[in-house]
Amino acid sequence: MAVGARAPRQQALRSRLGRALAPYLLILPGSGWLLLFFLLPIVTLAITSLESGDFISGFNFTWNFGNYSGGLSLYSTQFLHAIEFGGTATLVALVVAYPAAYWIAFHAGPRKSAYLLAVLLPFFVSFVIRTLSWGMLLTDNGPLFGPLKSAHLLPLDFHVLATPVAVTSGLAYTFFPFMLLPVYASLEKIDRGLVEAAQDLFASKFEVFRRVIFPLSVPGVFAGILLTGIPAVADYVNQDLLGGVGTTMVGRVIETQFQVNINYPLAASLAFIFMLGLLATLILYQRIFGTEQIMGD
Amino acid sequence: MASTAVRGKAQSRARTVNWRRRLGSLVLPGYTHLVMLWLFAPIIVMVIFGFNDTHGRLNLVWSGFTLKWFADPFGVTALTNAVVTSLVTATIGAFISTVLGTMIALASHRYAFRGKALLDAVMVMNIAASEVVMGAGLLTLFIAGNVPLGAVTIVLAQVMFSIPFVAITVRARLVGFDNSLEEAAQDLGASPLTTFMLVTLPIIFPGVLAAALLAFALCLDDYVITSFVSGNTLTFPLWVYGATRLGVPPQVNVIGTFIFLAGALLAISFAVIRSWRNRQLARESAL
Repeated sequence: MAVGARAPRQQALRSRLGRALAPYLLILPGSGWLLLFFLLPIVTLAITSLESGDFISGFNFTWNFGNYSGGLSLYSTQFLHAIEFGGTATLVALVVAYPAAYWIAFHAGPRKSAYLLAVLLPFFVSFVIRTLSWGMLLTDNGPLFGPLKSAHLLPLDFHVLATPVAVTSGLAYTFFPFMLLPVYASLEKIDRGLVEAAQDLFASKFEVFRRVIFPLSVPGVFAGILLTGIPAVADYVNQDLLGGVGTTMVGRVIETQFQVNINYPLAASLAFIFMLGLLATLILYQRIFGTEQIMGD
Repeated sequence: MASTAVRGKAQSRARTVNWRRRLGSLVLPGYTHLVMLWLFAPIIVMVIFGFNDTHGRLNLVWSGFTLKWFADPFGVTALTNAVVTSLVTATIGAFISTVLGTMIALASHRYAFRGKALLDAVMVMNIAASEVVMGAGLLTLFIAGNVPLGAVTIVLAQVMFSIPFVAITVRARLVGFDNSLEEAAQDLGASPLTTFMLVTLPIIFPGVLAAALLAFALCLDDYVITSFVSGNTLTFPLWVYGATRLGVPPQVNVIGTFIFLAGALLAISFAVIRSWRNRQLARESAL
């Protein structure tokens, strides 16, 4: 009797144990991967950033904080360029994207998803090729400026390539959907009843926008600024392919120090400074808006 | 007499207001379409210059229409090798990240467990982290561990940055998922694996497929992180980037056009199927 009763109880116990373990078994491989190849690299980056030495005689860990002060003072211009170009590009993307997102959310009707798809389609072209093609459009006598110059609407020595304008416009182009989509999502969510209520209370079109629609879209604007700004500030492909000698951004410096100069400690300290700056921004953002905007639940 | 004049004036005023309003209502849609044109302009340039009859390696000036590059898209061996490397690493990377990301999505949809908030925070950090920092960190890790750089490290990196995107995409699909379906299957004696294969997977499959395609696209397109961990192995974006110094051959435009068409066709058919299904569902619920 006792033996017969034991088997189901054991089974129940095992299934309860299984249920308790199940979530951990499910997340184990994925979170292990993230631990090994996302979090651990931050640790090795921090360690490398405090090393001294050179490529030939080898690097040793010496708590060398000099990399940080040296890196900051040596490359402060490039840090400022990153903030300047990345920040301007984010602002440009916001100003360009907002009216379009507004029109799609409120007036595109049943074709909304078609417009959103159109915003995403260019992303099926490789990022590097897209940037190259953008550069071709901007060449001095290219399809954009060539006709304007021969029509004498632009001076003959007018050029955009190799200037900060080229870099900024490239960045705004590259990360544009990261701005438009969250702004659109927040506009789309707005309860149309609120808009109607404001109209019933005789608010003008502008007042409805200023006092109802825009305040409600602010979370989307901030999400867009974050999603566009972070990659735009760090990017060096646009700067390399569209910019000139004087437009170097910090991402490029990190890449060159790693790949060309093989000065790992300096490169790591620059990357770490950059990461801490972004992290501070992110924490500030999370304090204000929470993670829901990004996780979507 | 006077009243008709007033009426006429009022009418013409109404007409100008009407006309002005109509013009005003054209501004925003016109603007939106201009933005769309801007987004597509570089793509149009890429496609057009695939038909350019260039001589030598520079493909910058239009010199006549030709189909010869489309007839010979794999004429540059090094480029073809890079494309093959890209396709292989992206397929493996997308497969692994889809499995691991789906598992995370299932766990966080079904269970409340300790560390869930932490895992979410790590995934948000991963999405928000800049690629330069992740690439640089991975390189220091591989140097510290004496890991040889190449196709394997490329896959390791690509899976790392794809997992969170897969997890979020699949989780979004799971939001409406009815857990009682799984319980019913298990009550009828199905093992957890059978339940997953016969009940859960068919329901969430559209989400999983979308996530897999997203992961594939992310892996295929990545330049920054991959460039840090690739060693001497070249993927398609890396090869193109390297070629910019010498001149990008028209085959790059041709292959870029192929990839664009494949992706666009997939995305459009996805959207069409979804809207068709939504309409079907709406019709059914109306009945």
